[in-house]
Amino acid sequence: MSTQTADTLLSFEEALERFDPAMGLEVHVELNTVTKMFCGCSTEFGAEPNTQTCPTCLGLPGSLPVVNGKAVESAIRIGLALNCEIAEWCRFARKNYFYPDMPKNFQTSQYDEPIAFDGWTEVTLLDGEGAGETFRVEIERAHMEEDTGKSLHVGTSGRIHGADYSLVDYNRAGIPLIEIVTRPITGAREKAPAVARAYVAHLRDLLLGLGVSDVRMEQGSLRCDVNLSLAPRVSAGSTTDVPLGTRTETKNVNSLRSVERAARYEISRQAAILVEGGSVLQETRHWHEDTGITTSGREKSDAEDYRYFPEPDLVPVAPSRAWVEELRATLPEPPREHRARLQALWGFADLEMRDVVAAGAIPVIEATVAAGTTPQAARKWWLSDLARRANEQGVDLSDLPITPEQVARVQALVDEGALNDKLARQVIDGVVAGEGDPDAVVAARGLAIVSDEGALGDAVDRAIEANPDVAAKIRDGKVAAAGALIGVVMKDMRGQADAGRVRELIIEKLS
Amino acid sequence: MSAADLLRRSAAELADALASGETTSVELTRASLDRIADVDGAVHAFLHVDAEGALAQAAASDARRAAGAPASALDGVPIAVKDVLATEGLPTTCGSRILEGWVPPYDATVVARLRAAGLPILGKTNMDEFAMGSSTEHSAYGPTHNPWDLDRIPGGSGGGSAAAVASFEAPLALGTDTGGSIRQPGAVTGTVGVKPTYGGVSRYGLVAMANSLDQVGPVTRTVLDSALLHEVIGGHDPLDSTSIDQPLPDLVAAARLGASGDMSGVRIGVIRELGGEGYQAGVQQRFDEAVRLLVAAGAEVVEVSCPSFVHALAAYYLIMPSEASSNLARFDAMRYGLRVIPEGVENPSAEEVMRATRDAGFGDEVKRRIILGTYALSSGYYDAYYGQAQKVRTLISRDFEAAFAQADVLVSPTAPTTAFRIGEKLDDPVAMYLNDIATIPANLAGVPGLSLPAGLAPEDGLPVGFQVLAPALADERLYRVGAALESLLEKEWGGPLLDRAPALEGARR
Ligand SMILES: [Zn+2]
Repeated sequence: MSTQTADTLLSFEEALERFDPAMGLEVHVELNTVTKMFCGCSTEFGAEPNTQTCPTCLGLPGSLPVVNGKAVESAIRIGLALNCEIAEWCRFARKNYFYPDMPKNFQTSQYDEPIAFDGWTEVTLLDGEGAGETFRVEIERAHMEEDTGKSLHVGTSGRIHGADYSLVDYNRAGIPLIEIVTRPITGAREKAPAVARAYVAHLRDLLLGLGVSDVRMEQGSLRCDVNLSLAPRVSAGSTTDVPLGTRTETKNVNSLRSVERAARYEISRQAAILVEGGSVLQETRHWHEDTGITTSGREKSDAEDYRYFPEPDLVPVAPSRAWVEELRATLPEPPREHRARLQALWGFADLEMRDVVAAGAIPVIEATVAAGTTPQAARKWWLSDLARRANEQGVDLSDLPITPEQVARVQALVDEGALNDKLARQVIDGVVAGEGDPDAVVAARGLAIVSDEGALGDAVDRAIEANPDVAAKIRDGKVAAAGALIGVVMKDMRGQADAGRVRELIIEKLS
Repeated sequence: MSAADLLRRSAAELADALASGETTSVELTRASLDRIADVDGAVHAFLHVDAEGALAQAAASDARRAAGAPASALDGVPIAVKDVLATEGLPTTCGSRILEGWVPPYDATVVARLRAAGLPILGKTNMDEFAMGSSTEHSAYGPTHNPWDLDRIPGGSGGGSAAAVASFEAPLALGTDTGGSIRQPGAVTGTVGVKPTYGGVSRYGLVAMANSLDQVGPVTRTVLDSALLHEVIGGHDPLDSTSIDQPLPDLVAAARLGASGDMSGVRIGVIRELGGEGYQAGVQQRFDEAVRLLVAAGAEVVEVSCPSFVHALAAYYLIMPSEASSNLARFDAMRYGLRVIPEGVENPSAEEVMRATRDAGFGDEVKRRIILGTYALSSGYYDAYYGQAQKVRTLISRDFEAAFAQADVLVSPTAPTTAFRIGEKLDDPVAMYLNDIATIPANLAGVPGLSLPAGLAPEDGLPVGFQVLAPALADERLYRVGAALESLLEKEWGGPLLDRAPALEGARR
């Protein structure tokens, strides 16, 4: 649409006083298989448009699909990690609709026979009110399907309407996707948006742990659709069943923060409509990262009919129970046990661990520790400086342009005495600013501590000469006064000195 | 040896002639190309002839043979390919405007196997648009004419392949059979056609009409030739998930065994529901005579009943259009094929271009089936139509199972009538659909079927087809019984039935 009329919003607090939200979350995960779902093409991200295609993923007449066994394996492992039943026999189905980025004008997906179904998982709220609280989310199903191509609308607006022309890149067409669908999440009330975010964060960690996906939200390898509806709030203890209201489906919400914001926005928007006596339109809505609002997409009425039917070009998938059990044995430990084990291993206090969990910092701290840093040092970097930066930039820790390995290298330089804390922060600044690896930043910015005893001695001598009163106090045994001289020396050395060594030199010279 | 003599020989005989050095592939291929030049103006079996490519492949074949390393028994024997099979570098239109000019960047697996076996590809044969029809009148490029009577249809959808073989333009051809598109043209042109067991021949590169029914198969003049060709194209293909991962039975040996004419110990089931009322008198007569010949040769004959077959046509006309409506969605002008810009629309959207292209690019029969299939799959109708049809399919399979418990093979007339006149049934789709009534059950159940000539109907002097059906994976039985009947009939006739077809030289263009 060319114009976006601003929605009337009810404040979040007021909306929650009058309504209870129900949410359904649909997460699409691109698997990290080497080849596509139904052909042998590469799935590598970022290649030249239309270079990773073949007759099958281009849907050329006569071409046929062949199921990627590795994708089925990943789907089963995801299903198992989400405590799902694994189908003994299931089929693919065609979802028929026309769109230029769909080579066959049907998507090969699964319909009423998903590979995994009837599961559950537990998520822990990250921050804000209720942090650390646990919610159980019921999983309706996880099914396999293929991704579509990607349309690029060329023109002034960048959107399909008003574009001069459109280009389609089919490299993405046929990349294996797993769609994970929750049952409606009710009863979370004002925490609903936080639950949504925590759920997606939890899935991301879980998928990362399984090693089945890159789960990079900014590259679209993990995408979330937020279904949300409101029902009139029932008083506590009431046993009356209130039917779910009309839902909207907000598409492709591509960061954890946006999942939370989109849910909040829809609660406020729908509440404003309902209090005026209006009715919510069942429709697809688009999330706008920049403005933080959703806008109407196509109306989703009963008229939308995908004419699903079993894919006749593929044979049923019938994973043997033995294979399923074999795959179950490959699962990493569940997140809750994983957390408990790490806490004991790292020696973190309960409160420290809670902060780590709330910041979603477990995977980065784990990786940093794995790269040789002590747990406390790793926690210090990720939860102070880096958490602040992530917050400022509105991104997740793992999306910061610094890797756990780089953080570990900075800490190693500190441990070696090559950097002090202050310099280390500057190195982190440089890495985040894209100046290269820690060692490159140290070299380029000239940040290494001066360990040249001669230069350091000269600086100490200058400080003593310039501050005879202080020097006299130290000579008289008031060693605590050394701090003032250390400050002078550090300033003289532009911070690039080891304060401990400076202290030693001062005492040496004045005793 | 004269060219005319070469043209009339079977593929097996040509293979022998090549092996003995009596002829060369270039000579054979040139003879076929000359014949096409002579008579195809009247027959119109071909949509595209690749003289240059075929001769180059023939020369390569001769070189292999000279080096003592032929690629297969049929190396050097030319072949025609139905235009529904993807051929790298050769146009593939499926008889539709919407694919006019499309040249696939890849070969269908069966085409790749032909090339690997050294068969020069003469060109692509005419067909009903996207294989939808029983007369080849629904080709966007004009109908094919039956060599027995140019005013009559050659059957369909593979009328081009059958007519090419019947008019001696090619010794061999490939067809595809979704509801009878190999067997019914075989019946009405006096040729042999085989629909293999579903999954027995790769569908990779076959532009699908109805994926769960389609099968590629041989179109030839003799049963042995079909067996030889079947062995070239058949067998497992990892690119087709529905392809059966099992070695083919020894089809050629079965055909050679059958040619002795001895049928003792073979139980033949005559399907009560496929015959009698609705079948042309001369068709029924030739069928009954053929059964008596088999009995005389030692076969035991039983009558079997397949009560669900009466629902086969209805089930077929729900399943086939459902699958087709989805398969044909890809023809949208976005990536390949025809693109029509709607007139009088400023800056048309992709959707408007799709609509205009599909409107202009598809013929009426294709549109009819897309509409039928879209309707049958719609929510609220799915269970009543598609779902119900699948149940009928199960019943038909059970009928086959019960019948095959009583008989080794089942037999029936291939088609209820001989070739009808061009135009006769164009305005009556249901009458046209009824022509496939005896061939459709095999597709619904996935069992193999063969049609061979049973003689000429006394009332119109046109060929009658005799159908043999076997259990899934028992294709060799088709060849055993087919070859036996062929040899028994040819003994009666004093030669092949096609010897009695009119000469086409100098036929009107
Ligand atoms: Zn591909």
